[in-house]
Amino acid sequence: MIYEGKQRIWSEYQKDIPDDNWYYVRSCIRQNFFPASERMFTEITRNVLGKDIYETPHHTTCGGIAYHCDTIPQETVMTIVARQFALMTEAGYENYCPSCITSFGNYAEILETWREFPELEARIREDLWKACRREFNKPKYLAHSSDLIYHWRNEIAARAKHKLVNAVTGEPLKIVEHIGCHYAKMFPSKGVGGAEYPYVLAGMVESWGGQVIDYPERRHCCGYGFRQYHVKANRGYSLSNTHKKFESMEPYHPDAIITNCPGCPYFLDRWQYVIAEQTGRTYGGNGFGIPVLTYEELAGLVLGYDPWDLGLQLHQVAVEPLLDKMGVEYDPAAKYLGLNREDIMRPELPTSIKCF
Amino acid sequence: MMDFGFSLSKSSTMDLGKVDDLRFEQLCRLEPGAGICIGCGSCSASCPAGRLSGMSVRKVLLALQRGRSAGEMLQCCMLCGKCTMVCPRGINTRNLILSICKIYD
Repeated sequence: MIYEGKQRIWSEYQKDIPDDNWYYVRSCIRQNFFPASERMFTEITRNVLGKDIYETPHHTTCGGIAYHCDTIPQETVMTIVARQFALMTEAGYENYCPSCITSFGNYAEILETWREFPELEARIREDLWKACRREFNKPKYLAHSSDLIYHWRNEIAARAKHKLVNAVTGEPLKIVEHIGCHYAKMFPSKGVGGAEYPYVLAGMVESWGGQVIDYPERRHCCGYGFRQYHVKANRGYSLSNTHKKFESMEPYHPDAIITNCPGCPYFLDRWQYVIAEQTGRTYGGNGFGIPVLTYEELAGLVLGYDPWDLGLQLHQVAVEPLLDKMGVEYDPAAKYLGLNREDIMRPELPTSIKCF
Repeated sequence: MMDFGFSLSKSSTMDLGKVDDLRFEQLCRLEPGAGICIGCGSCSASCPAGRLSGMSVRKVLLALQRGRSAGEMLQCCMLCGKCTMVCPRGINTRNLILSICKIYD
């Protein structure tokens, strides 16, 4: 293919991401699953890159979990979202950045629905006014927080203390990138690279020195799928989806997995323990699992933050093999020391997958 | 093995590279319509035996394409020909059914 033609086609898969002034909203579940990720996002963007990232404690859930579990109607979700937009408008921002992939898909879906059905938007504006006397402007730009880290990936690479390179052999680390389904499978034009060539995480990995693995089930869901997990009778289906991905990626010997969704890192991380306990199968080397990191955690490691300040001790799969490969220094004795070096106690260790 | 109250489901993955399609190719020679079916299910929807017996020409053809046996389902067919009348691809489904019985018996 002619280079210019390829560039023109690829430009259609890009999205505008303003360089500064973002209204940031946190996820309902990420702060419980991977508590340092969002903290690290604000730390990196504000203190390392010097960007204006605003957030407010008045922000609530976007209603996405309940919507995707079929427990509340979309009009209710729209009114909740309208209130979030009102908070953004009151704060004087017009670039909206959710931390959650389901929120991102939810906002994209609602904005598209309002574009198609303006009368519905008018009704929601009325409902919001009746409910809490608020008005709102729609965001000018909507970007997921991984879009922002992707946008600033080269600035992060320029400040990197560790690259995604094996410190002993000098070879690039082999990284699996896993994109949340609600990022671009619902509205392909809203994600970097669309649904066919999502580049948001691959771009980070390449900029930071790693090598992205392409494997058969690369675009398969992590298995969370809301109702597949929340209903216990369906949980085996959730587990089986994750198992399918691991069986597919294992022959390529990945060193780590990077994700941009709240559910994906949780399930890819925790289900490795369940699969090991049920089948004895582990997917990392020497009885370990494959470490699963959020993009903020990986950015934090690249920038040289202490792994225990990044909350990596709260992962089910041991991250030490990855830290050793990257040449990251860490104190094993400090793993379970929390704030002010107080002991946060040690978890019971699993029997079939190696952990520390 | 730890009991979590749920477990892995059996994989339904098919490796089409390992499917023995010799008999299906033979079927396509006897009734070329087997190769042009779009799986719309009109035949199954119009089948008077399907409602009572669970027979479905669409299911049978899909199973045969995947190298699985499903010919016994066709024993319920009365050769009434309704499926031939509704097929949007104009497949001679009577000949298809008789050919399947001939090859897969």
